[in-house]
Amino acid sequence: MVKDEKKLLAEFQAKIDKGVKIEPKDWMPEHYRKQLIRMMSQHAHSEIVGMLPEGNWITRAPSLRRKAILLAKVQDEAGHGMYLYSAAETLGIDRTEMLEQLHTGKAKYSSIFNYPTLTWADIGAIGWLVDGAAIMNQTALAKGSYGPYSRAMVRICKEESFHNRQGYEIMCSLAFGTPEQKAMAQDALNRWWWPAIMMLGPSDDNSPNSAELMSWKVKMESNDSIRQRFIDRTVPQGDHIGLTFPDPLLKFNKETGHYEHGPINWEEFFNVVKGNGPCNKARLKARVDADKDGKWVREAAEAYAMKHTEKETLAA
Amino acid sequence: MEIHKALFEYCLRLADSSLILGQRLGEWCGHGPILEEDIALTNISLDFVGHATALLQYAAKVEGKGRTEDDLAYHRSEREFKNVLLVEQPNGDYAKTIARQFLFDTFQYYYYQALQESKDETLAALAQKSFKEITYHLRHSSQWVLRLGDGTAESHERIQNAINDLWMFTGDLFDMDEVDALLIKEGIAADPGQVKQKWNDHVAELFKKATLQMPAPTYMQRGSREGKHTEHLGYLLAEMQYLPRTFPDAKW
Amino acid sequence: MEKKDTQWPLWEIFIQANPGIPHKHVGSLHAPDAELAIQNARDVYTRRNEGISIWVVEAKNIRASSPEDIGSFFEPANDKVYRHPTFYKVPDGVKYL
Repeated sequence: MVKDEKKLLAEFQAKIDKGVKIEPKDWMPEHYRKQLIRMMSQHAHSEIVGMLPEGNWITRAPSLRRKAILLAKVQDEAGHGMYLYSAAETLGIDRTEMLEQLHTGKAKYSSIFNYPTLTWADIGAIGWLVDGAAIMNQTALAKGSYGPYSRAMVRICKEESFHNRQGYEIMCSLAFGTPEQKAMAQDALNRWWWPAIMMLGPSDDNSPNSAELMSWKVKMESNDSIRQRFIDRTVPQGDHIGLTFPDPLLKFNKETGHYEHGPINWEEFFNVVKGNGPCNKARLKARVDADKDGKWVREAAEAYAMKHTEKETLAA
Repeated sequence: MEIHKALFEYCLRLADSSLILGQRLGEWCGHGPILEEDIALTNISLDFVGHATALLQYAAKVEGKGRTEDDLAYHRSEREFKNVLLVEQPNGDYAKTIARQFLFDTFQYYYYQALQESKDETLAALAQKSFKEITYHLRHSSQWVLRLGDGTAESHERIQNAINDLWMFTGDLFDMDEVDALLIKEGIAADPGQVKQKWNDHVAELFKKATLQMPAPTYMQRGSREGKHTEHLGYLLAEMQYLPRTFPDAKW
Repeated sequence: MEKKDTQWPLWEIFIQANPGIPHKHVGSLHAPDAELAIQNARDVYTRRNEGISIWVVEAKNIRASSPEDIGSFFEPANDKVYRHPTFYKVPDGVKYL
């Protein structure tokens, strides 16, 4: 039995090393399945909780064009949440269970969505910084070993590319706009820069699982390395439109070719993750309420489906 | 009344109904009863914002005073908005949203069907494009009226109540004034009078399938054509317009 | 007794991108019945002009071969090279074969 498991594990690892994707019915170590479920459901939760801070501004978008763009973007996030829940379902957990974990606070989602969107410029900052950081992570995950997750990520990355751009475009029009608009843009950068840097996760030096997850291609790259790439790409974009990053120690190191940054406030990060962010309670409540208020609707549709044969339904 | 003034007014009416309903549906984003429906409602909201934008662009052009679609959307006050009363009613629960949607979709379906024949080429083209989307909207809301009506006892009660509450705003859909009269005579506008019977028949037929009662004839609220609204519109506009009004010189 | 709350059954979605090519699996979603599965698939998977036709199949109705069968199912085809036209030699200069 033990030997058998060893052999399976070796075959599993060999497949991954060759770049062959693992599919739902293939043998996989229990730890691999569990880690994937945790990551994918967290990722899915982040997409749907992430709809809330931006959804806030759909009704207040300052032009018809911006309204349409924001609607389409937030809708994409719902779609991405759905792709990810579906991909996680191939591992033998259903969506009801994942949502229950979210609603009871057992499952986490990205810390960034616990910060409030106070002005319209925050919508620009989220697209530019938050989606920018997320894309770094997602393009890495698209190369991961689990087939359904990797395929969902490929689709998501394709759709996300406009999110990042529309955010930067908003920042541009504000940065080159009236003095009030420019101040709004700068204020948003001041508030979102550090949370965006933190959302890529703590330094993974002392994470015991990291090596195994990397060798299984569940995790593709260290948090710090993704973070560095994000900073390297983003700082020139901000410089270009005349905004100042809220980090006096931020500077380009010619020798390494990378930006160096000041210390990250991990105490804040862990507090926000733990539930002490400005909006944790409100975000969770909004999701719980939507689910609770939707229950009778879901039941009605099920009852209707039970009563009517599919033929009738299609003819109606 | 000059034709181009009437046409401007007419475009505003069509545009405003789409805009306000799109705005209402946008409020659902992130709060739908299930993820799939969240996505569906947002799609429909996007369609309405799209119709409104095209119609307001045309209205601005007809007016010829250099205003843009955003000027018209963001810098008109409560009494200048000409959307039908039905679409400004609050979302309420999902049954109320679906009931409002179905009553309006059915109207818009037959109305835009007729509008495709308009002698005004721009309006006819816009109507043709929108009609495909409206056909889908009607399919979506009809399917949901069936499911809520003939689903559980709770859903049945909720949607029946919603229909009863909204019924008094349906008369306003078919009102006419001199703008309509003039443009109908010119072959530009669709005649709401000719749509009314079709609307009534379709609504009655679907309600029957959904085991729902047609509400008894009731005293109808009217006034949208003169910009006389319910109290809800003011709040909706305050929220929608606050940024461009706070920073009138800003470009977004 | 209260009925267990669900997110509706899972459906697998197949989209045909253009006329003349096969439907391709694109993902899944939840729906209470076929009509809503089709509508939801339209909203979820064809937002960017990805399709002209949709098939939906309730996930529980799909049966799949199992990974253990790979050997006995598919490997025997490996050495049947005579099923492929490139296996056959044709003299130089002969056309339309």
